[in-house]
Formats: sequence, structure tokens, C-alpha cells
Amino acid sequence: MTTPVLQVKDLRVHFALDEGLVRAVDGVSFDVNPGQVVGIVGESGCGKSVTMKAILQIVEPPGRIVGGQILFQKDSAPAVDLTRLSPKGPELRAIRGAEIALIPQEPMAAFSPVHSVGDQIIEALRLHERQWRPSGPRLSRTEARSMTVDLFRSVGISMPDERVDAYSWQLSGGLRQRAMIAMALSCRPRLLIADEPTTAIDVTTQAQILNLLRDLQRRHGTAIVFITHDLGVIAQMARYVVVMYLGRVMEQGSVEQIFHAPKHPYTRALLRSIPSVNVAPRTLLPTIAGSIPHPLGRPRGCPFHPRCPDAIPGLCSERVPALRPVGPTQLASCFLYHRDEAVEP
Amino acid sequence: MTRYVLKRLVLLPALLFLFSVTVFAIVQAPPGDFLTTYVATLASSGSSISAEQVDALRREYGLDQPVWIQYLRWMENLAKGNLGLSLEYQRPNAELIGERLVLTMILALLSFVFTWVVAIPAGIYSAMHPRSVVDYVLTVVNYVGVATPNFMLALVLMWGAFAYFGMSVTGLFSPDFVEAPWSLARVLDLLKHVWLPAVVLGVAGTARLTRVMRANLLDELNKPYVTTARAKGLSEWRLVVRYPARLALNPLVSTIGWYLPALFSGSLIVATVMNLPNIGPLLLRALINQDMYLAGSILLIYCFLTIVGTLISDILLAWLDPRIRLEEG
Amino acid sequence: MSVLAPAAPVTAEDRVSVASNWRLVWWRFRKHRLALVSAVVLVGLYVVVLCPDFFSTEDPEATDARLAFIPIQRLHVFDGLRPSPWVPGIAGKRNPTTLRMQWQVDPSRKIPVRFFVTGYPYRLLGLVPTRIHLLGAASNAGGERLHLLGTDRLGRDQWSRLVHGTRTSMTIGLTAVTFSVILGVLLGGISGYYGGPADAVIQRLIELLQSLPTIPIWLALTAALPRDWTPQQVFFAITVILSLVGWTTLGREVRGRFLALREEDFVLAAELAGASQRRIIVRHMVPTFLSHIIATSTLAIPAMIINETSLSFLGLGIRPPAISWGVLLQEAQNIQTVALAPWLLVPGAVVILSVLAFNLVGDGLRDAADPYSQ
Repeated sequence: MTTPVLQVKDLRVHFALDEGLVRAVDGVSFDVNPGQVVGIVGESGCGKSVTMKAILQIVEPPGRIVGGQILFQKDSAPAVDLTRLSPKGPELRAIRGAEIALIPQEPMAAFSPVHSVGDQIIEALRLHERQWRPSGPRLSRTEARSMTVDLFRSVGISMPDERVDAYSWQLSGGLRQRAMIAMALSCRPRLLIADEPTTAIDVTTQAQILNLLRDLQRRHGTAIVFITHDLGVIAQMARYVVVMYLGRVMEQGSVEQIFHAPKHPYTRALLRSIPSVNVAPRTLLPTIAGSIPHPLGRPRGCPFHPRCPDAIPGLCSERVPALRPVGPTQLASCFLYHRDEAVEP
Repeated sequence: MTRYVLKRLVLLPALLFLFSVTVFAIVQAPPGDFLTTYVATLASSGSSISAEQVDALRREYGLDQPVWIQYLRWMENLAKGNLGLSLEYQRPNAELIGERLVLTMILALLSFVFTWVVAIPAGIYSAMHPRSVVDYVLTVVNYVGVATPNFMLALVLMWGAFAYFGMSVTGLFSPDFVEAPWSLARVLDLLKHVWLPAVVLGVAGTARLTRVMRANLLDELNKPYVTTARAKGLSEWRLVVRYPARLALNPLVSTIGWYLPALFSGSLIVATVMNLPNIGPLLLRALINQDMYLAGSILLIYCFLTIVGTLISDILLAWLDPRIRLEEG
Repeated sequence: MSVLAPAAPVTAEDRVSVASNWRLVWWRFRKHRLALVSAVVLVGLYVVVLCPDFFSTEDPEATDARLAFIPIQRLHVFDGLRPSPWVPGIAGKRNPTTLRMQWQVDPSRKIPVRFFVTGYPYRLLGLVPTRIHLLGAASNAGGERLHLLGTDRLGRDQWSRLVHGTRTSMTIGLTAVTFSVILGVLLGGISGYYGGPADAVIQRLIELLQSLPTIPIWLALTAALPRDWTPQQVFFAITVILSLVGWTTLGREVRGRFLALREEDFVLAAELAGASQRRIIVRHMVPTFLSHIIATSTLAIPAMIINETSLSFLGLGIRPPAISWGVLLQEAQNIQTVALAPWLLVPGAVVILSVLAFNLVGDGLRDAADPYSQ
């Protein structure tokens, strides 16, 4: 029984805006085992990005972590609760980049336009030198550069020697994303957080990037938290899936259970809405009824109930269902399965 | 890039020529000439001058020639490096300007340093702690600083110093040192007097620069590359200075070239108020008295500084931002 | 193809989605309280501009050397317990050594201050002859004078002069910027939209003008104005001079916008729909940056005000007997004089106030007009 690399327990992140309080993440829990790929899937605004930022404590003010724990396991050391660490303090900074690395959403905007990509990777290497190379001589400029060239090669960037000195806007979308992956992996982190890494690139490149990620993950045993709204990508990459809606987890389980035996009405609706080639022509595209409520206008009770075809009147609009097991490794928060298990407000 | 710079340098003489014509035309525009004002001044102070003397002087100064001949004479002299003679002071213009140029430049340099040393850190701090007490105070100070014309500030400070401390802060030197040769003591005396005009000149610029730096930096701080840098584990100060501050500074550094002429001309009004031996008051008198070669030469120098300043700005901007440098090709 | 009329907006969200651009700008502007307060201040100042005589207490031109350097008369609002504004009377004595007038408060005399008093004659808005002023010493006919801001070395009432100076300075700022904007939008627009030779010429012109050092050129131009021109001619000339050099920045921006907009898809769509060029420019392109122009212009006015004030201060701008803030501050050039009569610096405070107000309003407009700000 391996200890998970990351344990998120009942995480709550709130934004205190002038117009009101937005509960962006309202009680999210999941585990990430070593070397595993966990996919977080949901529509825009469901809180998956904020969850990811909360792990690294880079949530922008006025957002604040108001509750829950994020336990991170560093080798054999006892797990440390990331929420207890000061966001600007040295412990968290040592973890960022070196133990937990981020692949951000838009590689074009995520690289500084006035520094070469190589320089930015060398900076990461230098910053965490003592963590991936605890002893030995200090990293020299040439060594850092040759390491970066090797990194580029390992992520499949052709002509790495020249590309190291390029600026991000000189590279194509696919190359930029690879460079970003190289930077994230440079210090051999235990956990990688990929925030919609394939949203900004075309489908062909997307396939290549996904292959690359899978390959790297197998080789280095890095755990990945993969955030996306694309169910197809989740099916390819993830082992374990977390389905979020309006800041809460609707269902989570292994990828086979989620795709072949979805229990929560929301998951079912999501899967139903994937257009299929095999359907008869002129069939209406299935959609989920209604639209996502405004973050300040959260419905009372279960967040999905206004759009849910199976909502139980009187119950789903009053109480919030708790996340409970509905199978061997599957959990769902739905009163259809646990009529009595509600979350205390 | 180099082609661009070369093209500008080649155009420089043509531009200056064009300006010299414009400038001379403007200087000569008021009716009458130097002698008319001279005669009027004499008359108001009680002395007089005979008509023949006036005519003789007119011939001597070449004021009886048509305007375009006067212009050509000026050009001719300029080509030889001679800036002409000041009709009022009866001394070579080059000497007059030269004396004051050094002091003007020292003042300009000190103001410039003051402005940037104060404004950039203030702007960075403000942007990193928006809506804090310090930010609010700085914002108020900035707004008032931008709203205050610099001569007004000079007046108030001078009045304050005089009324409450009995200090007379005009001039750049104490009476003993005005004509003295350069020595360490003279330099120290200069420093004692120059800080006030330097601060007065710098205040408006500092206020504006802080606001712009704060605004630029706030824009940049929201961008994804800042999040990436933070996620890499960089400390706040380091990442702000290395990335967004650098990008926020780019448009500002490109305005450095503008500072040169702006400081020279901005000190004009302050110099008049505070009685500083700068080029500014010299120009003012020359314009009012139609001391045409002096006024023309000074104006031409200003034009030259402006053009050079703009060129420096463009070069700096291109050099700092590889996006521009590499795309110019 | 029939188009169904949209249902009347019900929720707040709906109202936002059908509000015109100007409504949205106004709503956003309203949220900046400072900008709103400043806008009120500016409106107040421009009301004064409309009719300065009404707000004056004395004739701004009346000189009386015996009344020189009267300090600010303290306005008391309550007389005992009654709300009845008054100022203390003053008695003057000439100092035998300096020959300057020295003023003492005479506690025995209380000059009542009333609203809507009869004062010196003038024409309301230049048309209606009247003698009513907003404030004044109640027994004006009895020779009592009210000097809310003291007098200068010629015994002229500073408050009234300030009010008149406000008119000149605020008007110059506004008109100079208006000319600049017209020039800038026109030339910049032609340059950006039509391109080609017109663009090249205008571009070179802009570069030329921008290479000129502004303040020295202004000095030179204003010094070139003949000494015998009437104040109105001088006023007009100053306005033209200030705007001639100031339009280039706006011209460049407008040109840049037009160049970029020409390539935009929505312009192409309008062309394909058969809209005339004029319609495209006026209804499609200009509205996208009109609010930006307004914001920029508002921010340009304070610079013009400071420029005019500085020029007049040096004696090169508005000249006496015309009154502007700069002309008023000329009296404060001498430090000894200022030390004796610090109230002469008050026009400077008004300059700062108005510039501050313009800057705040301009910033508020700029933030409100930017469709991409939150």
C-alpha cells in the first residue's frame, strides 16, 4: 500500500469580491499515487484551475485557501501540509519547481518574451540546484546549457542547440509546449501539474504532446495531475478521474469506471453530450439542459440540481450531498445513492 | 536595425537645415529688430541715442540687410563653427552658451538621477502592494506632484525658505563663489545650492514616472509568465524585478531619450524664477530683445538635442526588446 | 427574413447586454467616486467661466494704490449665534520707512456680507445689463469693499481677478485641446485610412513637428506676437500656437488606430455589406476609439493649462490687462513681495486644483472607456 504523493482533503478556496463571496473550490478531496495520472475534468468555471493553483499556493488575491489540507509526500519524509506553509516562504519555494512543477495553459504567454527559453530553463536548474544535485560542484554556465540542450532533445525538440537561444515567440506552438514541458521536468519533480496543456494547440500536435507526456511519465515515474475539459484527452491519459462542477467533486473513480459505469447524473450527461460519428444523421446534438449559474448565484443544495434530470424534489434543492463510495474505488456525491449523507453547511 | 539608425543619421543635417530656416523665421517674426528694442529701452531709462548712431549700428550689425541675407550670414558662420555674436552682450555666442551649458547639464543630470532613483522603486513597491497605505499615500503625492507646475513649486519652496528660514535660495552659488574659478569649495557650494532646483525639476517627472511604472507593472503582474515564474519557485522580489519589471521598464526606458531635451527646456522656467545661470533665461532675453543669432543658435541646439534624444530613445527601445530588434531584420 | 424584437430587458444581466456603449461607460465612470467628485468640481469651475462677473465681488480692473496689499479678510459665518456672514473692517496706515501700506483689523467695524448684492455694473453673458453679484459687502454703496482674497500692489481685488482669470485659463485649455483634437483626428484619420502619398506627407509632418523642442518653440512663437495686439487677438493666437504643436501625439495615435482597424474583420464585413466609406468610418471605425479620444483629450487639457500659465507667468502669454492665472502669478515672482503678501500665491493653488480635477476625471474616463477593463 503505497502512500499517495499528494492528498487533497476537503480543500476550500474562496474569493472575497466586492460583489460577494465566490466559493471557487468548496470541499474537494482526491489522492494522487506515485507515478499515477489523475485527470481533473469539468466545464469552465468548475474550479479545476483554482484547485491546481491552490496546490502550489499561487492563487491570486482576493482568493484565499480557507479550509482543508493538501498533504505532500516528499520521499520518506513525513507528509507536509502545503496549506500551512507561507506562500512566499522558502519551504514552499523549494517545493515549487523542484518537487511539484507546473505546465501552464498558454506556453506563448507563459514564457517571458524578452528572455530566451534556454535562459529560463537554466534559471530553474540553478534555482533548485541543491535539490536535484545535493552535493558536488556548482553548476557552471556551460554545464547548465548542455543540460538544457539534453532536456530539449529528450522532449523531442529538433536542433536543440539552436532552439535553446530562441525566444518563445519564435517557436511554433508545439515546440513551445515541448519547451514548457522541458522546463517543468528539468528538476525531476515528483508531481507534475498540467493545466490544459493541449488546449492551445492543434489536434495533431496534441497527440504528439500527449504521447510525449505519457512517455516521460513512464520513464521518470512522475505523477501527473492533468486538468482539462476534454473528455477524450482524459480517456487517453488518466488512470483516475475527478469530475468537478461548481467547486465540488461530483464523481471520481478509475477511468474505466467513470467512462463505462458513470454513476452521477452530471457525469452521465457529460458522456452523453460527446458527439458520435456512429449516430444516424440529423440527430440533435445532446446537451445538458440549462447553463452554468453565475458564480455568485450558486443554487441552494446540490449545485447540479437545477439541470439534473434525476433531481429529487425537496431533497436535492435543500441539502448538499456528501462524497461517498458507490463502488470499490468509485465515489459520487449524489442523493440517488446516499440519501442520508449530506454535507453539514 | 543598423540600416534604420543610419537612415536617421543621414537625415539629421537635412532636418537641422529645415529647422534652422524655421527657427530663424520665428526669431525674426516680431516687428522691428534688436535695435528697436534697444532704443526703446534707452528711451525708457532716460538716455537717448542719435539717429545717425542708430543707423551706424544698424549697418555694423548687418541689420539693414534683408532677412535672407542675415540668414545666409548666420549659416556661413555656423558652417565655420562660429555661432555668431550676441548683439546685447557683445560677446561671442559660443562663449555665452558654453558657460551656461555645463551648469545646465549638471542640473539636468542631477534631476534625472533623482527622478529615476526615486520613481522606479516607488512604482515597483506600489504595484506589488496595491491599495496598501503606502500605495495610497504615494498615489496622492503623485497626483498632486503632476498637477503642480514646476515654477509654482519653486515659488512656494523659495517663499517657504525665505519666510521661515530667512534663506535666500536663488542662484546656484553664494555671492563669493559666483565668479570664482573652479575649486573643490566651489563644487561643494554648487551642490549646496543645486539640490533645490534639481528636486523642483524632478518632482513632476518623478510623479509621472511613478504612476506610469505602477500602471505598467500592474498590467504585467497579471500575465501568465509571472505565474510560471512563481510556480518555478522564485522569490517575489526576484521574480518581479527579473520579469515583469523588466518588461514594464521597456517603454519607460525608451522615453529616456526624450528626457534630455525635456530637462533642458523644463529648467527654462524654473531657472528664470530661481535666477539660475542657465541657458533658459539666456534664451528668454534673447527672444524678447531679438538678439537673433543668439536666440537662433540656442534654438538650433535645442532642436539638435531633441532629434538626438528621439534617436537614442528608439535605439534603446529596440535594443531592450528583442521582439522589435529581431523583427526589424 | 423577419427579425423578432428582443423582449424587454428584465434582469440586471439583461440590461447590461442591451445597454449602449455610452451607458456602460457612464456606469463604469460612476463607480470612481474621486472622478465623480472631480467632475462636479470641474462643472462648478466652468459655471464660473460662463459668468465671472456674477461671482466677482469687485471690479477686477479697479486700481487704488491706497488699498494695496490688503490681506485676506477672514470670513466669519456666525455673528454671535445668528448665521449672518461678516468680515472685520480694516484700517490702513502707511509705514513711514518702507512706504508700504500696513493693515490692521478694526474690531469696531463689522462689514456684513450678503448674497445677491448690487455691485459694479456688467452684462450677464454679455447681453443683459445688470448689477447683481453673488456675494458682496452689504453696504456697497456706502463704499465698503469686500476682499475675500486680499489685494495686490495696485489695490486690485484678488478674488475677482481670480474669478476672471479662471475664465481665461480654463477656456484656453479647452479650446486649445479642441483644436488639437480636430487637427489630430482629421489628419491622423486621413493618414491612416487612405494611406499612400497623403500618409507619407502627414507622417513626415508629424515627425518634423515632434522633433521640435516644445517649450523653446512656444517661447519663440509667443515672443513673436506683436506687442500691440488686442487681448482677444493674443488669446486666439496663444490658443492656435498651443494646439499647433500639440496635435501630433493624437494624430499619430489616430493614424495607428485607423491602420489597424482597416484590417479588422468587422470593417471588411461592413464593406461587403455595401456600406459607403463615410458610413464605415463614422459608424463603425470611429466609435471604437471615440471614448479613448475623449479620455486622452481630457488628460491633455491640464497640460495646456499649465503651459499657458507658465507662458503667461514669463510674460509671454496672455498679457495684462487681460487676466489669467499666469498673469496673476506674475505678481508673485518677487520673493520679497510674496513674503509680505503670501495670498498672491492663491491662484497657484487653483491651478493645482483644476489640473488635479482634470487628471482625475481623465483617468476615470480612460478606465471607464476601456472595454477590456473589468
